[in-house]
Amino acid sequence: MHIVVFVKQVPGTDNVKMDPETGVMIRSGKDVVINPLDENALTEAIKIKNSRSDVRVTAISMGPPAAERALKEAIAMGADAGILVSGREFAGSDTIATGKALAAAVKKAGDVDLIICGERATDGETGQTAVMVANYLDIPGQTYVSSLEVKDTSVVIKRTVERGFELVEIPFPVLVSVNKDINEIGMPTLKGKLKAKTVPVSAYDASGLGISSTEVGLNGSPTRVVKVFSPKLSRDTILKRADGTNQPVEELMSFLISKECI
Amino acid sequence: MSTYVNASVQKEHDLSQYKGVCVLGEQKDGQLLPVTFELIARGRSLANDLGCQLSCILLGDEIQEIEQVFHRGADRILFIKSPALQNFLPRSYQNAIVKLIQEEKPEIIIAAATTTGRTVMPLVAAKLNAGLTADCTSLTIDPDTKLLLQTRPAIGGNIMATIKTPQHRPQMATVRPRSSKPLPLDCSRTGELVVKDYEPATFLTPERFLEFIKDTTQTVSIEDAEIIVSGGKGMKNAEGFKMVEQLAELLGAGVGATRDAVEFGWTTYPHQIGLSGKTVAPKLYIALGLSGKIAHLAGMQTSEVIIAVNKDPEAQIFKVADFAIVGDVFEVVPMMIEAIKQHKANAKPELCALSS
Ligand SMILES: Cc1cc2nc3c(=O)[nH]c(=O)nc-3n(C[C@H](O)[C@H](O)[C@H](O)COP(=O)(O)OP(=O)(O)OC[C@H]3O[C@@H](n4cnc5c(N)ncnc54)[C@H](O)[C@@H]3O)c2cc1C
Repeated sequence: MHIVVFVKQVPGTDNVKMDPETGVMIRSGKDVVINPLDENALTEAIKIKNSRSDVRVTAISMGPPAAERALKEAIAMGADAGILVSGREFAGSDTIATGKALAAAVKKAGDVDLIICGERATDGETGQTAVMVANYLDIPGQTYVSSLEVKDTSVVIKRTVERGFELVEIPFPVLVSVNKDINEIGMPTLKGKLKAKTVPVSAYDASGLGISSTEVGLNGSPTRVVKVFSPKLSRDTILKRADGTNQPVEELMSFLISKECI
Repeated sequence: MSTYVNASVQKEHDLSQYKGVCVLGEQKDGQLLPVTFELIARGRSLANDLGCQLSCILLGDEIQEIEQVFHRGADRILFIKSPALQNFLPRSYQNAIVKLIQEEKPEIIIAAATTTGRTVMPLVAAKLNAGLTADCTSLTIDPDTKLLLQTRPAIGGNIMATIKTPQHRPQMATVRPRSSKPLPLDCSRTGELVVKDYEPATFLTPERFLEFIKDTTQTVSIEDAEIIVSGGKGMKNAEGFKMVEQLAELLGAGVGATRDAVEFGWTTYPHQIGLSGKTVAPKLYIALGLSGKIAHLAGMQTSEVIIAVNKDPEAQIFKVADFAIVGDVFEVVPMMIEAIKQHKANAKPELCALSS
């Protein structure tokens, strides 16, 4: 059984800048972490691997060359191999273009039974890419998965939805995206760390993946960021300073009463 | 960007065939969900600006009181009807919606950022090679180009990004539930009901729906609360955060929190309000010791009345507050709790006076 996991490097803080001209994120390269939900995805894959004898796990990341580090970390956590999708032609890819590139990378990984992704990345926050990959691979894709039971030829998933949970059974191959209820994130092991040093990560650019550079990057992205701006926030604010007396709170109470809030 | 050579991109002259605005309504067990009416309100204003029709796409088997969709502002219902669509299965829904889009060629489709919308819309977008923008807070029509301007908070920081889809159709976006209000009911409004009776093969999928399990553990639903008291990192620790809960209890309010407060474990994720949490629009929102980063504001700024207490006079939360107190929460909130207790106590003697 072959499991693929996507790992994305994301900024470790909120302090990310956007290029006001192109609307593309400026990634400083410093202070990056693996997207937390991808670590849940990876942990789940390793868990399945540890419970059976026939499981192989490949981690795939798309990003700058430095994203190789994320793949090494994935191997240290227990993945068997890493594939890096990297090249200037990918810059500015929206979710559609990213989905296409990742789908092509999965094909490079060989026959795949199960793809596990984090439900969304903490930077873009769209949660769209994973299911788009499912579409390009022409396999079923499911989302918001909070538990997953692997059977011989299928997987039974529990999805967290608005008013409860849905149980769905899907035969392999299938892609699922998971939320953080699925497990407690695992840690790299010493054995894994040593292995990460020796296992080479394969890297592909667009031509290496057999896709035209017009299908990825800004060229392959239907959406365009046309403007970035600071939000205009304004209400007619009544501002009081706390001065140790009851006065401001009393005025607040009168205000709330006048607005029929209490 | 006029040099598109992607084979799967629709040719430019094709774009003019796409007309009309669609929203993707939702049902559960044959009952229309409220988010359907919120989407219709959004869609209505876009359709008015474009001078075109507004259709509501529905998938399911039997849908009760379907004409409510007209009463709330839609011109047409495009109802894809099949027992196979009773429960949500991504592929069945994807195939059905893609077929409908190929027939109807809408210019714009808006869906809700629910677990359903967020799952099926990317599938549809990928199949059609169309753009999709998630979690928009504002959707307007550009008066010059007539393109859909899709605005969403970006990177959780302090910026908004406006996105458009110039060369691909339909233009697609999701919006958070509760981020707009339904139009008033107009029972005299009617429209055209189109039932799409597609071949069962359309809905074929290897997925098998087994069961729906209702969640009975979540008692506080902040989405439905009239009043929300919300706390952030300024509450310092779990002990401090209890003050938020105490004030909420006193007011019969729901408890909200910022992502930081949730990550510190002072409360649980269902209480998180904002971009990656819930969107709420209560009558009264009380923000305590939270800065009002845009990722948080995205989930609460449409609240009717906003009160904020923060010791930093420059805190962004004050820009959306109607009444703000610059001060230490540990000084101000206990006073608030006292004042509300008194207010309640004072309300009672009046009743007593009446009865005595
Ligand atoms: C992609 C993404 C998604 C995100 N999604 C969300 C989301 O859904 N919800 C969310 O809330 N955040 C979200 N965030 C995080 C968000 O950007 C902010 O980091 C977060 O909202 C800040 O929380 P806070 O206001 O509690 O903390 P801070 O920003 O640290 O603010 C604490 C505030 O408390 C005040 N304070 C401190 N002590 C006191 C005191 N004694 N009395 C009075 N005031 C005091 C300070 O002046 C300060 O303004 C997201 C971020 C990203 C990158």
